Amino acid sequence: MVSIILFAPLLGAIIAGFGWRLIGETAAQYLTTGILFLAAFLSWIVFLGFDGTTQHIHILNFIQSGTLDTAWAIRLDRLTAIMLIVVTTVSALVHMYSLGYMAHDDAWSEGEHYKARFFAYLSFFTFAMLSLVTADNLVQMFFGWEGVGVASYLLIGFYYKKPSANAAAIKAFVVNRVGDFGFALGIFGLFFLTDSIDFDVIFGAAPTLAETSITFLWTDWNAANLLAFLLFVGAMGKSAQFILHTWLPDAMEGPTPVSALIHAATMVTAGVFLVCRMSPLFEFADGTQTFIVYLGAITAFFAATVGLVQNDIKRVIAYSTCSQLGYMFVAAGVGVYSVAMFHLLTHAFFKAMLFLGAGSVIHGMHHEQDMRNYGGLRKKMPYTFWAMMIGTLAITGVGVPAVIFKLGGIPLGFAGFISKDAIIESAFAAGTTASGFAFWMLVIGAMFTSFYSWRLMFLTFYGEPRGDKHTHDHAHESPKVMLVPLGVLAIGAIFSGMVWYKPFFGDEKKVDTFFGITQNEEAHASTAFSLISAAHAAGDDKAKDDHGDDHGKVQQPGEGAIFMAEDNHVLHDAHYVPTWVILSPFFAMLIGLGTAYLFYVRNPSLPRRLAENQAVLYRFLLNKWYIDEIYDFLFVNPAKWLGNFLWKRGDGNVIDGSINGVAMGIVPFFTRLAGRFQSGYLFHYAFVMVLGIVVLITWMSIGGGAE
Amino acid sequence: MTSADFVTVLPEVLLAVYAMAALLFGVYTTKDKVAGTLVVTTAAVLVVLALWVGTAGEGTSAAFGGAFIADGFARFAKVIILLSGAGVLLMGRDYMERHNLLRFEYPILISLATVGMMMMVSAGDLMALYMGLELQSLSLYVVASLRRDSVKSTEAGLKYFVLGALSSGLLLYGASLVYGYAGTTVFSGIISTIGEDGMATGLLIGLVFLITGLAFKVSAVPFHMWTPDVYEGSPTPVTAFFATAPKMAAMALFARVMLDAFGAAPGDWGQIVALLALLSMFLGAIAAIGQQNIKRLMAYSSIAHMGFALMGLAAGTETGVQAMLIYMAIYIAMNLGTFAFILGMQRDGQPVTDISALSMYSVEYPGRAAAVAALMFSLAGVPPLLGFAGKFAVLNAAVDAGYAWLAIGGVIASVIGAFYYLRIVFYMYFGDKPDVALDGTMTLTGRVFLTGSALVMLAGMVTMLGVDELALGAAQALVN
Repeated sequence: MVSIILFAPLLGAIIAGFGWRLIGETAAQYLTTGILFLAAFLSWIVFLGFDGTTQHIHILNFIQSGTLDTAWAIRLDRLTAIMLIVVTTVSALVHMYSLGYMAHDDAWSEGEHYKARFFAYLSFFTFAMLSLVTADNLVQMFFGWEGVGVASYLLIGFYYKKPSANAAAIKAFVVNRVGDFGFALGIFGLFFLTDSIDFDVIFGAAPTLAETSITFLWTDWNAANLLAFLLFVGAMGKSAQFILHTWLPDAMEGPTPVSALIHAATMVTAGVFLVCRMSPLFEFADGTQTFIVYLGAITAFFAATVGLVQNDIKRVIAYSTCSQLGYMFVAAGVGVYSVAMFHLLTHAFFKAMLFLGAGSVIHGMHHEQDMRNYGGLRKKMPYTFWAMMIGTLAITGVGVPAVIFKLGGIPLGFAGFISKDAIIESAFAAGTTASGFAFWMLVIGAMFTSFYSWRLMFLTFYGEPRGDKHTHDHAHESPKVMLVPLGVLAIGAIFSGMVWYKPFFGDEKKVDTFFGITQNEEAHASTAFSLISAAHAAGDDKAKDDHGDDHGKVQQPGEGAIFMAEDNHVLHDAHYVPTWVILSPFFAMLIGLGTAYLFYVRNPSLPRRLAENQAVLYRFLLNKWYIDEIYDFLFVNPAKWLGNFLWKRGDGNVIDGSINGVAMGIVPFFTRLAGRFQSGYLFHYAFVMVLGIVVLITWMSIGGGAE
Repeated sequence: MTSADFVTVLPEVLLAVYAMAALLFGVYTTKDKVAGTLVVTTAAVLVVLALWVGTAGEGTSAAFGGAFIADGFARFAKVIILLSGAGVLLMGRDYMERHNLLRFEYPILISLATVGMMMMVSAGDLMALYMGLELQSLSLYVVASLRRDSVKSTEAGLKYFVLGALSSGLLLYGASLVYGYAGTTVFSGIISTIGEDGMATGLLIGLVFLITGLAFKVSAVPFHMWTPDVYEGSPTPVTAFFATAPKMAAMALFARVMLDAFGAAPGDWGQIVALLALLSMFLGAIAAIGQQNIKRLMAYSSIAHMGFALMGLAAGTETGVQAMLIYMAIYIAMNLGTFAFILGMQRDGQPVTDISALSMYSVEYPGRAAAVAALMFSLAGVPPLLGFAGKFAVLNAAVDAGYAWLAIGGVIASVIGAFYYLRIVFYMYFGDKPDVALDGTMTLTGRVFLTGSALVMLAGMVTMLGVDELALGAAQALVN
């Protein structure tokens, strides 16, 4: 069944991409959409019926060379099952949504065919993403990794007539190259040390790697740390983490359904998936884990600050995505992989919905994307408004804090509320310097998130219509085919958090069962320690150590979908953090909401005055911390200069020059010379022969065997 | 002469007897009137002999005390010589007739030259070598000046004769030095005098002179000067003959002398042969660029190709000799097709040799143009045509034998040389419309040879047609 899920989108992509002239453009669209719904349906069956035991489904052999054995095989465990539903569900809904969104596109003139191509790319992306998440070895994963990169490149540059779209596509591709280089190095390193690229073998070897040291760049490193770091560099590129994030906002040049599918729900979360998938390795790489926590926290904070001042509706959501990915990495970094996956799952729903909602607004507003030209759209687009409202409630984290009320052990709230709070609590519970830093960054980030999300809502749907009057007069609600996906995602954005709270962030036993980790009974005797957790969560190291010693849980790396080392109690401790910690994101959300209400509903002149007062800070944020400018200065311009130099001087002067010189100067010269010797006089010919003998004899006497 | 000796040399004897009988027949009958028939008969005899030699037994047999050797190597070379001789006779017949050149001596001289060549490739002794060489050369001097009323033809014959005599003198001088220092003229005897510490200086000098004489026959630089003039001056069928069978014979003889008589010191002659190969490849490639006359162009082309064949020989190994034989077989197959085309190049009954006359040839004769294009690409050594296989074999052998510099030189030279082959293709497909187009007349034989040769080049992509296996067997017979 998983094979069908995996290959059906590829089939759809091939038929739609190459065969649409035979079956017609409309048929191609409906075919790919239908196939995706089938895949999504099957994925839910797989997910709901999955018992947690890892399965390997061998499809065919790929490369067998020496000890390298790269088979095409599907690894079906809980992580895969989660990703299957995320990818296929969002993809199916985006396919459906695109039927409406792409129906009339001003970028293409009458008679130009673009729809089948678009759907083929979407389906191809889905296939690549599925092969990434179902991979049973690193090379297959890399195949999917690069496949989604290609699909992303094609789709960002889908409006290839627009120079900015092409530039954005190239930027995304090039920035990802940096990350992929690290990823590839990581794969090489793992193969070098473990002699295999198979997950099971690598996981089994992780404890050994932790005690191995390896020389890289003239320095000795701990192998597990180094390799985990290299893999994480790949994850940074794909998941747009700080310093490699610059491509994601520009990627909004692609059509909005693409942003929803690729740059919000699925591809960008591949990095998080990678870290969770490789958790047996990362658990042994403390240094890298610390780095991940710092980087995730910085990204979450940085992207949220930039999101505060952006005016393009899609860019705000893009920075929001970037920020939320930072949250997921913090969770992975402190060792609660289940929580990272939890947020990945809920985020996929509400972020896809925000993007699709934004797309609906853009569609209704004739491709106007500047929020300053929106306003008062609530009445014109009621369904879109409610969908966006639900998305905003979800992302800002609206809910009833767990300390106040729990229904059957499950807190009440929107999806984002539950998963985000889980992350923040885990960050606090980890109790290291890095996670303390991360905790505060995330809380402040949550406040900013709330502000920019509500800002988006207020600017778009409240107040007076601004901008072009004509556009506003013709603003209209989107067709049903676009609203239905919003409705489906809304269900996910509301309920997914509450429904899956327990398997992802419930007590350890639930989580372990869900992820297929076997438990022995004694291990759970340690639950007793939970009583003292409040004290030791505050940072009592000694208690923690004791706790670790008595904890009887012994999980072998590679067993189950995720691995949490023996001394990893973050998941456990996260349930016993102080009340103020639980309440802090809630209040952060309220502050953000209040400020946004004040700024954009009560007193709309305030933001302008603030921007004028704090001009430096405002420009700093508006220009995205000047990171693009720094990169232009450091990398892009030197590279362009070098390219120009090699082209004009190297290629033009040296290569062309020398080839032309040889071909048009030297060779004809010798040709003329040879012609001159060919005088026709017999004695010349005889003379040359005699000369030849002289040369040969001399050559033989001096250089040959004559001595 | 024992009967065993006689059996060994029977093919040569029969061909010689046939030549003399044909001479008597021609002289005492209607002379030139029978020439047409005689050409066909001679071709038939050559083909029959080729089949006989090709299928006659395995192994090695020597006659006349080792002066004549019939082994796999000789058989391979002989079959190619006989077949290409027959091919040239057949496709040139119409041309000779049209230009009133069809004298009855022509097929007879070709037969005698063929006897000489068969003698050359079987030579196991310096005197047998010289005998074969002179029999071949004297016949060729005469056919070169077959068109007696043409200044160019007689000039070609004379130049060839004088320079040939000079080279024979050098060869004989070398042979006498070798005899003086080795005390024997039999190859197997010469090789046994070369000890562990290399050759005596006198022997070495004799070797250089021997090489000089042989290099003249294969027209390797710097002993190539006669080639363009003789190719241009001779009647085209004779040029076609010069470019094929004698080249095979001379290369085979070269290989035999080097390996049978001096095989114990491959480094000594290998470097000279490598130098000759390098010079030939470059001069052939560079000088041909300036040529507008297709016959002169083919002369330089053959010089370059001999350079490549010598590269295989320079390697001095079994693979080297195999590569050389493969290269020669492919080269001759390509040249037969090309000359079949050149023979058909004419306008108002007059032969045309200017390559610019081929402009836009593809418009009127797309099939022929495509065949010529295939041959040109193959001559240039463009993969995946068969010509590339030959080049690859020699380059491979040279690299394996440690002559990487020679292989690099060969690759560069073949890039330069590609220019003039591709220029012909350019003229045929993209040239300006010529003032006067070529006539379309081309004999059936010519078309068969052109098409067949082009098809062989194409088929060679898939399989080498067994040539590589045969050449391997031949090479094993020589290098043991």
